[in-house]
Amino acid sequence: MSTAAPPEVSAAAAGQASIADIARARWEAFKGGDVGSVPVIVGIIAITLFFTAKTTIFFTAVNFSNLIGQMAGVTVIAVGIVFVLLIGEIDLSVGYVSGIGSVMVAEFQKSGSSHDYPGLVAIGLAIAVCAAIGAAQGSIIAFLGVPSFVVTLAGLLIAQGMIIYLLGTEGVIGIQDNQILDVANYVLTKNTGWIVAIVFTVVLAAGSLGTYFSRRRAGLPTGNLLLTIGRVVFYGGLTFAVVAICNHSRGVPLVGLVVVFVVVLFSYLAGRTTFGRHVYAVGGNAEAARRAGINVKLIRILCFTISGACAGLGGVILASRLNSVDLTFGGGTLLLDAISAAVIGGVSLFGGRGRVSGALFGGLIIGMISNGTDLVGSADWIKYVTTGTILLAAVTLDTVARRRQVAAGR
Amino acid sequence: MSANGTPLLEIRGITKSFGSVQALDGVDFEVRPGEVMALVGDNGAGKSTLIKCIAGTHLPDSGKIIFEGNEVHIHTPKDAGRLGIEVVYQDLALCDNLDVVQNMYLGRETNRYEVLSEAPMEHHTSETLASLAVTTIKSVRQTVATLSGGQRQSVAVARAVMWNNRVVFLDEPTAALGVAQTRQVLDLVKRLGEQGLAVVLVSHNLTDVFEVADRITVLRLGQDVGVYEKSATSEQEIVQAITFGKQDAEASA
Repeated sequence: MSTAAPPEVSAAAAGQASIADIARARWEAFKGGDVGSVPVIVGIIAITLFFTAKTTIFFTAVNFSNLIGQMAGVTVIAVGIVFVLLIGEIDLSVGYVSGIGSVMVAEFQKSGSSHDYPGLVAIGLAIAVCAAIGAAQGSIIAFLGVPSFVVTLAGLLIAQGMIIYLLGTEGVIGIQDNQILDVANYVLTKNTGWIVAIVFTVVLAAGSLGTYFSRRRAGLPTGNLLLTIGRVVFYGGLTFAVVAICNHSRGVPLVGLVVVFVVVLFSYLAGRTTFGRHVYAVGGNAEAARRAGINVKLIRILCFTISGACAGLGGVILASRLNSVDLTFGGGTLLLDAISAAVIGGVSLFGGRGRVSGALFGGLIIGMISNGTDLVGSADWIKYVTTGTILLAAVTLDTVARRRQVAAGR
Repeated sequence: MSANGTPLLEIRGITKSFGSVQALDGVDFEVRPGEVMALVGDNGAGKSTLIKCIAGTHLPDSGKIIFEGNEVHIHTPKDAGRLGIEVVYQDLALCDNLDVVQNMYLGRETNRYEVLSEAPMEHHTSETLASLAVTTIKSVRQTVATLSGGQRQSVAVARAVMWNNRVVFLDEPTAALGVAQTRQVLDLVKRLGEQGLAVVLVSHNLTDVFEVADRITVLRLGQDVGVYEKSATSEQEIVQAITFGKQDAEASA
């Protein structure tokens, strides 16, 4: 999943082709350095097998629901990171900016204060504040040309300071608002879960088949119909399996739906809109994008704004999960986990390559390791070393893939 | 200059200096529709500056740009684009990570409510490439990174042509290419002229210039030495003009 083209498009590159032709084209691309989602899928299977062998709790419905809650915050933050990485920049501030989001949402619902807003308003305000922080950092980077590494490093420190200041001497704010608590804690009823699975599958089928037939009507090369149907059946089946597993315990957590919604929304933004195309263009060759009349500065600012907004939503999710906000928010391994999730998900650090859905897969891998090592009861150092090793492997893969692709072009 | 055919784009007495460096010193230049005009000169002769003044990247200090008989002011690349003037730079300005269609439509995507309309873009790209007889590109959905140098140049040129441009500047289009690929691009340049475009070919390679150009403008040290009809000149004369300027060339003759 490391090329810019959407899947149906890369399939179409093989023409009105048989499955064998498509497989051959994929294999060629694989050899050319475009390894797609293979390493991620292999990683997920390997981690599942490993922890299933180690403990009986890992592969259970209850733990699966838990895992969704644990990975949600990091995954949403990683979605924002994807946009920043796509334009070839980095955002080191997302950890503490998400902490600001947590503090803000807690502050805006604080009963007895002058700003005791309803939960959804508080959530909206918290995300808006974080988006504004992102926009401010993006503006400095775009207009003044200060490297994003330094700007967001400064942003990290400032945000950390602001969290300490905002929490004051008490150092903790409890969350009483039910709407905010529901974000991470509400569980869909079993029937609602099934309805969600049905709606998701129908939308997916309509989208995939719609693309297929509109291309055929336009007389353009299409992918293989069987393969298109197969893909819909696979992802639809996966959705039903997830709902079935969740329903086996308490049901589908609302936060899982939030994550899927964010991933789908931003995937659409990146893959199907003019804005998304320009993001990839800026990441691929900023000078070419500028000459083509793309407002590169605006694209940069918007990407950092998205990063800030996603960090804010991630902060809301994390705050909701723990029912209160304290000085530890935004710190720890949150930043590195979010960046690792994006990179492990196949988003290139060099810009221009990767997909939003990578954040979901990367977040899943990071979440599974963290969840599994906790269950097995291994020491923290094992968790860090494992995550670090996987990150290193992902970046190495990215670098090698990039070199191969450059070599293939000449 | 010659009387037959009205120029589509005409430059009169353009000057441009960067600090104390006089990059252009009263340069005249013209190109007619349907002709390939070569722009030659040694390094530092002012070719790039001239292109950038016409493309709207640089603002000339003085002088006139006349397009279709009317004086125009080109302040930004967008102004140039609106007139139908397009420059294909040496570094091609392609995004390697995007495919051929995406590059052809870069910055000018067909969309409905900001959502990309892929089918018409892909269709039109294939048509444009076919009309220019660019047949070596297997799929318009392969990324530009997978193309050869000649194919990339063809994509860059096709992009310039696709937008109904009337004047196309090609900056050293064959500089980095092998023999077969140079052939491919030169054929393409000829075809552009035949299709009625005004083509300006900037090149160091006089063999290429003499193969495809109709006329040749020589620049030297920021001044234009003169315009030569290909049929009435020789490579030797052009080389002399490039190195010594016109007067010296005549004096030595």
